[in-house]
Amino acid sequence: MKMLINVPETVVADALRGMAAAHPELTVDVDNRIVVRRDAPVAGKVGLVSGGGSGHEPLHAGFVGPGMLSAACPGEVFTSPVPDQMVRAAAAVDSGAGVLFVVKNYTGDLLNFAMAAELAEDEGVQVAQVVVDDDVAVSDSTFTAGRRGTGATLFVEKIAGAAADEGAPLERVTALARQVNGASRSFGVALSAVTTPAKGSPTFDLPPGELELGIGIHGEPGRERRSMMTSGEIADFAVNAVLEDLRPTGPVLALVNGMGATPLLELYGFNAEVQRVLSERGVPVARTLVGNYVTSLDMAGCSVTLCQVDEELLRLWDAPVRTAALRWGC
Amino acid sequence: MLDADFFRRWMAATAASVEREADHLTELDSAIGDADHGSNLQRGFTAVTAAVGKDAPATPGAVLTLAGRQLISTVGGASGPLYGTLLRRTGKALGEEAEVTPDQFAQAFAAGVAAVGQLGGAQAGDKTMLDALLPAAQALGSSFEGAANAARAGAEATVPLQARKGRASYLGERSIGHQDPGATSAALLVEALARTAADGGGA
Repeated sequence: MKMLINVPETVVADALRGMAAAHPELTVDVDNRIVVRRDAPVAGKVGLVSGGGSGHEPLHAGFVGPGMLSAACPGEVFTSPVPDQMVRAAAAVDSGAGVLFVVKNYTGDLLNFAMAAELAEDEGVQVAQVVVDDDVAVSDSTFTAGRRGTGATLFVEKIAGAAADEGAPLERVTALARQVNGASRSFGVALSAVTTPAKGSPTFDLPPGELELGIGIHGEPGRERRSMMTSGEIADFAVNAVLEDLRPTGPVLALVNGMGATPLLELYGFNAEVQRVLSERGVPVARTLVGNYVTSLDMAGCSVTLCQVDEELLRLWDAPVRTAALRWGC
Repeated sequence: MLDADFFRRWMAATAASVEREADHLTELDSAIGDADHGSNLQRGFTAVTAAVGKDAPATPGAVLTLAGRQLISTVGGASGPLYGTLLRRTGKALGEEAEVTPDQFAQAFAAGVAAVGQLGGAQAGDKTMLDALLPAAQALGSSFEGAANAARAGAEATVPLQARKGRASYLGERSIGHQDPGATSAALLVEALARTAADGGGA
């Protein structure tokens, strides 16, 4: 497997050095692995800290900046960051108004963020937490670790980030984050397996004529394997899986997300099919975002995330944002 | 009696084991997880060996709490907090004695294993590291060798199980037929303990 790397051990640090060079508007602490918006801590503003394994770029560091995250903690590839990173990040962004941790529902992320919250509170930082768990491919939490956090993370970070930038207090920012998560559902599909730098070969074997339905963002195989389908058939399957669970009664935000190795030509074509299914099902789409946002290294495939929005959520979605990967209204 | 040196040698033996078996652990993890268990633990135990060598903690309890703290600070994922908690809580239960009996250690280890269960919310049969640690803790009262055998058997017994915790749980029935990487690395830890005892100082 050919990769644009030096050695697997320094992949994350190398990427952070490159990110720092490209984005002087961010403070990048390569040694401690924290990316912080340059003007933090912003007086009176709730800090928004997220993090998770690397390999999902631009999530999360690409979403640091005015209107979205205050700081991000990248872990090793597909491995949650350690509490030390989160504690440092919380201290760096806390202005006294408290910090919200945005945590994706994976055992490692939950445990490390929980430890970090305890340590940060010992240091006098008020910490709240929202757990993102939007993946409908994982249904029964009695027999699993519960729904994975995937595409909805972007919706939560954007909308809660906008509220925090408007000066909303910690309880309000947290409530909005939970509302967005509760109103969001995702479903993912893989056309190829992922290759992690540490392993150097695909993490599972997916024959050319087949696809995996219900995949997560860590290269774990999905729930079901089928013969390759057309873009329209995949859209029918994915959107229906989301709608079956979400049952929206109003307009939605739609995220058509690439997993890393699927070109925009395919993603836009897939979005056309997603919009067709939504229209057939009578679901109005308020806004659509198409691109690689919550990725899984070089996995080919896509995911669909829908979030039912009210007027306020839509206003906060439209609010200005200035980050490396998401930027509008400013 | 077991002194601080015994626990330092246990940590070094575990680090060597993890180093040797890293590829195997990663291979097991790629079947039902995300293919990094070996490299993550390798990073953690390398840090443990360095810290324990540098700070030279004087008591068994101090060796294990320091080792646990290092794992929490360097491993990440679920293994970092879980292994970190196992060693920290075992170390805390040992208190500040300069030497402990195998019996005291067995009790402390059981407390550490219980803390892992509480933190991860897993039970026996969920296809996790507990499937090796619980039988090991039980057997540790009798002998180190028995604990190692129990841990190994526990890890092998995870093959037919369906995972209910951690990333492997997302595979549902497809997790059946693969040995759990966490239970496998837990067996390495207990086997290293038995080897350390057999090499002298564990009477």
